Amino acid sequence: MRLSKSWIIASKDFKTFVKKKNIIYSTVVLPLIISFLLPIVIAYIENKNGSKFPASELGVLLPAFTFFYLILAGVIPTTLASYSIVGEKVEKSLEPLLATPTTDSEILLGKGISAFLPPIAAILGGSTIFMVLMDLVTYSKLGYYFFPNWNAVIVLFLMVPLAAIMSVEWNVVISSRVSDIRIAQQVGGLIMLPFAGIYVSGELNLIPLGDANNLLIIAGILLAVDAILLFVARATFRREEILTKWK
Amino acid sequence: MIDAENLTKKFDNVTAVDGVTFHVGEGEVFGFLGPNGAGKTTTVRMLCCLISKTSGVARIAGYEVGNGADSLKIRKLIGLVPDNVGLYDTLSAYDNLDFYGKLYDCTAAQRKENIQRFLTLLGLWEKKDVAAGTFSKGMKQKLAIARALIHDPQVLFMDEPTANLDPESSKTVREFILDLKKEKRTIFLNTHNLDEAQRICDKIAILNTKLMAMGTPTELERSVSGRKTVIQLEQVSDAILAALKKLPLGNIAVDGNRLTIDVTNPEKENVTIMDTIFRAGGHVQSVTVVGSTLEDAYMKLVREDK
Repeated sequence: MRLSKSWIIASKDFKTFVKKKNIIYSTVVLPLIISFLLPIVIAYIENKNGSKFPASELGVLLPAFTFFYLILAGVIPTTLASYSIVGEKVEKSLEPLLATPTTDSEILLGKGISAFLPPIAAILGGSTIFMVLMDLVTYSKLGYYFFPNWNAVIVLFLMVPLAAIMSVEWNVVISSRVSDIRIAQQVGGLIMLPFAGIYVSGELNLIPLGDANNLLIIAGILLAVDAILLFVARATFRREEILTKWK
Repeated sequence: MIDAENLTKKFDNVTAVDGVTFHVGEGEVFGFLGPNGAGKTTTVRMLCCLISKTSGVARIAGYEVGNGADSLKIRKLIGLVPDNVGLYDTLSAYDNLDFYGKLYDCTAAQRKENIQRFLTLLGLWEKKDVAAGTFSKGMKQKLAIARALIHDPQVLFMDEPTANLDPESSKTVREFILDLKKEKRTIFLNTHNLDEAQRICDKIAILNTKLMAMGTPTELERSVSGRKTVIQLEQVSDAILAALKKLPLGNIAVDGNRLTIDVTNPEKENVTIMDTIFRAGGHVQSVTVVGSTLEDAYMKLVREDK
């Protein structure tokens, strides 16, 4: 497999993305809103409740908030992957692309890179803002800087990429069944449900997300699902399938 | 350059292409005619290594279609203009071509040169920075042709390149194909347009899942329907008709003082016909040889197949 070919395809997609405002909004704006909103909420609660707001609550809330970025990693690639793959299907540009001297895997990887990198960049950028602001807001209460910590590293550098990969693969599978970008996004968005479930469990302290072991177990599950979905996505993304069986 | 032998494609129980055999020589323009669903696009897709063949053998420039290792080599030396242009609407004409140039491993200098060359030839250079989505159908079709040529392929597959175009755009595209023919490129042209096939193609195959006929446009016209000699006489007499009927000719139709005689080789047969008419006392006012058109041949073959 030649990475250069995949990169050419991904670069073309990036050029396309920057010309679509809704893609920019959904990729950049959502992480930024969350990154500013969550520290503001904590600052507001602290100001309102003063010393009544226990520091131990922050120990539950902040890891759960970090988990928000995992949900974003599931959701944002959905928009990009649907434009990248279903968009090509709608524009009927897949056939000439498939006629070039590139392999199915190179095209698939290119599409994967274009749907993976922008959300990851946006999430890491947003989460950096989040951590800095949150530290500023919570330092007086906690007496130390909560971020960065190993759990955040596990979430942002291990789980977020795995969730984004899962989202991209899921969208490749969906792309073979739908021929409308919005439907692809809606069905693709279903991928956030398990993450949302874990987040709620974290907030309720049913699955303590401050425990690195729990995070590593979830990461292991994500890795396994990624491997299975990669197999399905590769089987779906074959020239003949695309030209003769994709709807 | 392109060889197919018993090329067959089945989708489950449906046979889309049934044992097709043909040869396209280097620099030839090969027309593939057939009704909708005849298997023309499926054949092109097989030859372009986009879909697998069920059976048979096909080679392009000696590389075997369906052989994994050869597929990339084949795709590198062919260009495809699909029936749907499939351009990136948000990208400029230049960026559309540049992207494909990169995928075909053209150097930056080659890309720059070829983009300028083909956009200029097709009258799109002035619009190079305009988004392809704003182009008219004709302009999009021209851009799709430029895209297929960006890497200077030896073989060009064109699937209905003038379909849905206005007459002026069709003419431009046809003239461009003729220019490509002068450059000795091998062109495989899928078309519904019989007039276009007749004007452009060196060889034509008529497909309706199976190959119905193949030859030069003239051969097809003659082989399927033959030709007719139309003779306008001063007076058609019984003596003339009786004399003509003794000759080994095809059907003789009489319409007033006009005779229409089915002939296979008018250049030879007309001499005998004229001589016979003179001997029978006839006075010929005019003689016209009417050839069956490719359309006649096509319609006859397709109707017979139904």
